Amino acid sequence: MHAGESAIEAHALGMRYRRGWALKDCSFRLPAGRICGLVGPNGAGKTTLLSIAARVLEPTQGTLSVFGAAPGSADSGRTAFLAQDKPLFRRFTVAETLRLGRELNPGWDQRTAEDVVRAGDVPLDARIGSLSGGLRSRVALALALGKRPDLLLLDEPMADLDPVARQEVMGTLLADTAERGTTLLMSTHVLAELENVCDYLVVLSGGEVRLAGDVEELLSVHTVVTGAKEGEDLPASLAQHSLVESRVSGRQFTALIRSEGPAAGRWETDSPNLEELLIAYLRSPGAAPLITPTAQARAYDTRTVAA
Amino acid sequence: MIVEFRIDRRSGVPAFQQIVQQTKQALRLGVLVPGDRLPTAKSVAEVSAVNPNTTLKAYRELEREGLVEPRPGQGTFVRRTLARPSAGTDSPLYGELAAWVSRAAEAGLEREDVAALVASAMDKQYAAGPKTAATTTGSAGE
Repeated sequence: MHAGESAIEAHALGMRYRRGWALKDCSFRLPAGRICGLVGPNGAGKTTLLSIAARVLEPTQGTLSVFGAAPGSADSGRTAFLAQDKPLFRRFTVAETLRLGRELNPGWDQRTAEDVVRAGDVPLDARIGSLSGGLRSRVALALALGKRPDLLLLDEPMADLDPVARQEVMGTLLADTAERGTTLLMSTHVLAELENVCDYLVVLSGGEVRLAGDVEELLSVHTVVTGAKEGEDLPASLAQHSLVESRVSGRQFTALIRSEGPAAGRWETDSPNLEELLIAYLRSPGAAPLITPTAQARAYDTRTVAA
Repeated sequence: MIVEFRIDRRSGVPAFQQIVQQTKQALRLGVLVPGDRLPTAKSVAEVSAVNPNTTLKAYRELEREGLVEPRPGQGTFVRRTLARPSAGTDSPLYGELAAWVSRAAEAGLEREDVAALVASAMDKQYAAGPKTAATTTGSAGE
């Protein structure tokens, strides 16, 4: 396995478009072999980040390395990028599209690509332009998996799939990672899609990294607290923990806290689920970002960058 | 494949726990017996869209409890069963329970009342055990 290898390391990454900064000072690390969700509201910078990782865009500031390789090095065969608009030639047939993949990619695996297409009952002689959005997504996915990438970048891969196709496509993706240890980074705003699928998470909002790390670790350091109000507010003793979000209704309060030590008190505690955690962070732009140790960009890479 | 895991994404129970619980349930019911191979992480991923690391984590947990063993290059195999003669639906214990449930129904208790009573009695008896989700576990073998 990849002992401690990084699939992605971003250092102080920034991207400015004419309308302003899409990414600001983003630093994080994605260990190899993980299945990582990239989450955030529309306009958070998800597509920009994926495009930089895919070397489609060049960042305004900072660097992003893929498997330790700096941008510009000739090691692009390890990454595949499935963009949201799934760019394919509409006049090509499915078979011709796969043939193009074979011609353009030295490590091409025709069987894998054909399996993905066949599993969705996509006729090989159909023209891309005649396919439904779901089937087109499948062909695009077949192209991406046929490259046998070590890092697969997916921008909203499930957006135009029906629930059955979603489950199938996700199953295909996960089976591929099981077999080959592929690192997956996929953006989504369907939070339910992440549960049981992702074991790693990067949450972006307003172009900044709000949360990054192992899902279990992120969940385990947070606690949902429910109890009776004290006066008009939260109990004062709760203040020793850092508060992510709180709501007061009637006589009751609910808060999501990052627990600093045991969170015992006259209230009930529960562990949050992934969706609760994400929504709390997305709703509270003021909460301090949390990047767990495994998700911190490493120091030695800074040296490489400086050299 | 001998068993297929049924992962409920809305139950709030983590998938790895569901896999552990359903495997144990299958061991208890005798659906899985020593020597059986558990589904590979790849096939669970393919069928149920579950992260393969999750399945492997569940199998490690079952291995720690001595229920299964990994054989390199072949998969994960059942080592011992959890089926107990006294825990079957033909046992005297089951007969007593069924009789009690029907008395409870005669006394006007609803299904939820009975479940709450049983859960509370079980909590009292097995207080030291881990938090189980008895009400949300489904059947394991299909």
